[in-house]
Amino acid sequence: MGAGPARMRPEGALRAGILPLRLDGVGYAVAGRALLSDLTLTLRPGRRLVILGPNGAGKSLLLRLCHGLIQPTSGRRIWADGSARPASQAMVFQRPVLLRRTVAANIAFPLALRGIGRAARREQVARTLERFGLTALAHRPARLLSGGEQQRLAMARAGAMAPEVLFLDEPCASLDPAATRVIEEMILTLSAEGTTIVASTHDLGQARRLAEDVAFLHRGRLVEAGPAAAFFTGCRSPEARAFLNGDLVW
Amino acid sequence: MRAIRTATLLALAAGLVPLAAQPAAAEFITVASTTSTENSGLFGHILPLFAAETGIEVRVLAQGTGQALETGRRGDADVVFVHARAQEEAFVAEGWGVARLDVMYNDFVLVGPAEDPAGIAAAETAPTAMAAVAAAEAPFASRGDDSGTHVAEMALWSAAGIQPQGRWYLSTGSGMGATLNVAAQVPAYTLADRATWLSFANRGPLQILFEGDPVLFNPYGVILVNPERHPHVKAAEGQVFIDWLVSEAGQQAIAGFTIEGEQLFFPAAR
Amino acid sequence: MESPLVTALALLSGEDPALMQIIGLSLRVTLSAVLIASVIALPLGAALALARFPGRNIVIVFFNALMGLPPVVAGLLVYLALSRSGPLGSLALLFTPTAMIVAQTVLIVPIILSLTRSVVEDLWAEYSEQLTSLGAGRLRAVPTLLWDGRVSLLTGILAGFGRASAEVGAVLIVGGNIAGHTRTMTTAITLETSRGNLGLAVALGIVLLGLTLILNALAWSAGQWARGRLG
Repeated sequence: MGAGPARMRPEGALRAGILPLRLDGVGYAVAGRALLSDLTLTLRPGRRLVILGPNGAGKSLLLRLCHGLIQPTSGRRIWADGSARPASQAMVFQRPVLLRRTVAANIAFPLALRGIGRAARREQVARTLERFGLTALAHRPARLLSGGEQQRLAMARAGAMAPEVLFLDEPCASLDPAATRVIEEMILTLSAEGTTIVASTHDLGQARRLAEDVAFLHRGRLVEAGPAAAFFTGCRSPEARAFLNGDLVW
Repeated sequence: MRAIRTATLLALAAGLVPLAAQPAAAEFITVASTTSTENSGLFGHILPLFAAETGIEVRVLAQGTGQALETGRRGDADVVFVHARAQEEAFVAEGWGVARLDVMYNDFVLVGPAEDPAGIAAAETAPTAMAAVAAAEAPFASRGDDSGTHVAEMALWSAAGIQPQGRWYLSTGSGMGATLNVAAQVPAYTLADRATWLSFANRGPLQILFEGDPVLFNPYGVILVNPERHPHVKAAEGQVFIDWLVSEAGQQAIAGFTIEGEQLFFPAAR
Repeated sequence: MESPLVTALALLSGEDPALMQIIGLSLRVTLSAVLIASVIALPLGAALALARFPGRNIVIVFFNALMGLPPVVAGLLVYLALSRSGPLGSLALLFTPTAMIVAQTVLIVPIILSLTRSVVEDLWAEYSEQLTSLGAGRLRAVPTLLWDGRVSLLTGILAGFGRASAEVGAVLIVGGNIAGHTRTMTTAITLETSRGNLGLAVALGIVLLGLTLILNALAWSAGQWARGRLG
């Protein structure tokens, strides 16, 4: 499974891959209170994994933990390349923080951080703008864009980094349907190019549209994980069933 | 574009921040003097004459006599030009100055509110005038700053056998001008050098009530700071300035300084 | 006594070379001090906002307290350091414009530093996850945060400018108020007051206030423009 998208991945990314990422009995506690506990999960290359669960289940924390923004208080987080926090990953937040600069400068910023020279950077920025349909906005101040445009820019900024894995934390939670559609298309484009997608959402429709695999979280625990089709047609746990039925779950 | 911006900023910075080393072309000496000489305008009158003759620029610090002597003691001035003879002689005796030369004198005057509540206008001598002020407990504004004027004032109290203290005795801890501003407001008596008094614009109800006693004689001396103590002192240029002050030309320049037709300083070089 | 406002206008329209020289020196000294202090205090303030080390709170309180340092004290410290009898006497800087710049820099570094720390700390709370995600460590975040906080930081720099342009105690001590050499607007005002020329002193004050107004208006407009342009 997963052979389709993986075939389209660039050669280089396959050779020096950071995936799979293995979480081995990972927990995260603050002041003695366990917010995530005993999570064991493998993120395989080339897949689109959607993390589902009610609000407060720990979806955002799990993404931040995978991305390396927070450190597990128990268990282990193991990248395939053995590094503690590989560079070839990116994350798009529910509310992206855009720098007080132009759209183009926002895309150039992470490229500069990666030591890409000025000429190459300019060329890459132009290509990214083009690819995500932002060329017309290139010189607009990022902070003055609409919410949908801001999230598109955040996606483009992440995409420009050509990450092997892209984490998305409720990327469409504050967007209208039209903007949501654009973002989902961008996610599918990146996925088709070989980027591994890990997205959290509490929107079942979005999960059905995007997911190849599903991980269902409930109260900081991983209740179910597996292929999306199997999850949506016949999930085993009562919590997941209730969630799919639209019952209030907490 | 970024390069242009950087270059502009650098140019701006270079224009703003003066170089640490002063241009060597202009020769100058630093003279620590008193507020009375600077604020009266004396230096404004004589220094251009000196510069025209010698090409030396004189930078004047207008300080109290005590502060001016301390500036010389620290080596921060080349020449000290003040009016407190006893302190000046001590300065030379301690080796901070080379020698003290008489340059000029003016005199102190007792000023106060025109109605003269303590009646000092009728006094025979300056100490009795001071005693009258103390007896009436009429407000008196003192410099209180260890300046030449303050030293002269303390000598007068001492001659009158009085330790000035009480609510009537206001120690301003300020220069002559600031003290005159206070005296004009209270109003209070105060001891002022005639030069500052004549050039002071904000007199209010004040006027001269007592003058002319020989003890109010106020001699100014000039001292070269000892280059043995402070090797960086511009001894040659400083000596040129001192020599000029006591020369015929310098003495005439001093005598030629007037305000409203009145001569303020009188040549005293022998 | 003529109205000080009339005197002020007459002063300016007369293009008195001495006055122009005093205005020029005041601006040069104060703007230089602001520039140097910004170069020192902006990165240090940002570093203090992001760094975590034992005694950090003490350092913060120390610089906050230094914002209230009396100019005379700053002047005295610089005087003692630059005096011929002091540790830096051989530089021959006392009673020069450079000494005045040093003293004013000492005065305003704490202001710009403390305000920068506060602005950058707030920005970091908003930006830290995103910047870490994009691959910027704390050190690399410093210039980014300074640039993104530029409009707010301008306020801190203006506060520093205000303090420097208004103070007289420090420049009087280390500059000596030498006519034509270290006389600034504020020391000239002090001098004219002590000579009893209150009208002239007020007129000079009006000129100083006018200059400060113009500079603040320029900076404010720049800030508004940046806000509108860059969000």
